[in-house]
Amino acid sequence: MALTKRAIPRKYLIHFANEHLDFRIAELKSIFKTFNYEINIPDKDVRDPFMILELPSLDCVKSVASRAILIRSVYELWAHGTTFEDLNNALRQLPKDFVEPHTSRLETFKFQVTSFNKSLSNKQKRDRIECLPSDVLDFQGKVDLKNAKHIYHILEYYGPFGHDPTDQPVDVYFAKWITDGQRDKINEFHLQKRHFIANTSMDAGLSMIMANIGGVKKDMLVFDPFVGSGSLLVAAAIHEAYVLGQDLDYLLLHAKARPSRCNEKKRAQDESIRSNLRQYGMEKYYIDALVADSSRPGLWREITLFDAIITDPPYGIREGAKKVGLHDKDSLINGEIKPGAQHFPQRLDYHLSDIFKDLLNFSAKYLHKNGRLVYWFPVNIQTYSPDNIPTHPCLQLVHNCEQKLNTRLSRRLITMEKFRDFTEDTKEAVIQVDHFETSTFRDMYFNDNNLQKERQNDGQNKLSSDLNKLNVT
Amino acid sequence: MKLLTHNMLTSNIIKGVTKGFPLGIQVSKLEEKSVDFNPDFVARMIPKIDWSALKQAASDVGKGDEIPADIVPQYEQNEDFLKKAHHVLMEIEVIEGELVCPESGRKFPVSNGIPNMLLNEDEV
Repeated sequence: MALTKRAIPRKYLIHFANEHLDFRIAELKSIFKTFNYEINIPDKDVRDPFMILELPSLDCVKSVASRAILIRSVYELWAHGTTFEDLNNALRQLPKDFVEPHTSRLETFKFQVTSFNKSLSNKQKRDRIECLPSDVLDFQGKVDLKNAKHIYHILEYYGPFGHDPTDQPVDVYFAKWITDGQRDKINEFHLQKRHFIANTSMDAGLSMIMANIGGVKKDMLVFDPFVGSGSLLVAAAIHEAYVLGQDLDYLLLHAKARPSRCNEKKRAQDESIRSNLRQYGMEKYYIDALVADSSRPGLWREITLFDAIITDPPYGIREGAKKVGLHDKDSLINGEIKPGAQHFPQRLDYHLSDIFKDLLNFSAKYLHKNGRLVYWFPVNIQTYSPDNIPTHPCLQLVHNCEQKLNTRLSRRLITMEKFRDFTEDTKEAVIQVDHFETSTFRDMYFNDNNLQKERQNDGQNKLSSDLNKLNVT
Repeated sequence: MKLLTHNMLTSNIIKGVTKGFPLGIQVSKLEEKSVDFNPDFVARMIPKIDWSALKQAASDVGKGDEIPADIVPQYEQNEDFLKKAHHVLMEIEVIEGELVCPESGRKFPVSNGIPNMLLNEDEV
């Protein structure tokens, strides 16, 4: 039996979105893993939004595109060159039986020209299309700008974003569009339209990237120990996973906290994580939200409960990093509280390093084997080293992606996978070098501003003392 | 609070408590909310469930008759069983009430369907 040429893996072109560059590969790899594909991903300059991949099937392409937030589009690659001449030569090499099915009269089509890091005039675009080798691309069908059956793209790369574009493109591709990624979902699930938000709700795009990196899929049980308004649970439920979370903040979970939207005086009574899921028709995936202290893991029965733990712990800036503890003995209330009244226990600062160690210990215990823990770790860019990331004997680091917050600070999305069962004698999480030993993240955050203020104050003091001198003299 | 969640919770956060499971339930408001039946998910949950604790919890809220005393063999294919389990795990919700530590008697309030599992500052 003769195998047709089609049976070999085809080359596809991926066009990534120009944001969260450091997360692209982690998201892509994680999605492949979720769908059980082993794909070799080439090492490449992350600033280049185009990537050629050999994929085993159209199904594989569609699966990836059905989840990826950081993919704009996926194309079937027909030809690639570093100059237009190269490209045309490559197009001329295309086997006849590859092109032929597209050239019949019935196949409507259109061309599109996309350029990265340089805008092209309409005339330039027309020129590009007219320069294509019409002897090979002998399309007999009609051009249809609205509903073309085939959309052929010429894609040009003019060097990394933020740099001057090169005169001539560095890479040119000719490719047939297959499908788009999930960029539209960022708008569909945008926080602006979310019923219940809190001060530090995770934006929709990043939440969905986290769910992808966490390997969340249908029928999983996903947990967030710092749940807040449940943004990460919404992202998990999109993939038909069942979700539950806990938070220390009683007022927030009961929609009695101060509203997070400006020009709102009071939260609506029905603001809740549940109502967020309901808003998107996903209430069936809601399990529960509870008021609980994540420094006390004993709350959960000691068996592996969760398929993924996805969370954004409080860094101590906009959300305080707290746990229950005795802060002030004198203000303790003796005796019973009145029926119907609510007691709010005192809180202590919950040191960031302890939060992370507790989180790892918890995950090692409660995750299923191969389950993933995905969490944010804030850092001072200057002093950060990979030794700052806590380790645990049951968890291995899979991804470590950086999102810059400003020139000094960033946060890193840490992904760990449980690869060993937790036993009685498993050792606890450790941090080789404690990033927050000498100053909290809060101090790091405000330090520079304080310095500036001090300098300003110093300046003013000097000025006023100078003026005083003037007065005296 | 769903009984699925209840089945995972302990009061093992209290000083001196060693097992803290299962928590007793005193319910003053119960709701039954219909949730789409997903046999695959329920079947995935069954191995995690402490069935006698679930049976006890169901009795505590007056729904003890709605599930069998034991997990049936080959439950994955037994739609009748999975439906019953689904109903008790996913559709019965404690809206107002208390969860009671089986060892110390310490009560954790449930209000508006949300259990408050925080200890007081002098208990930690």
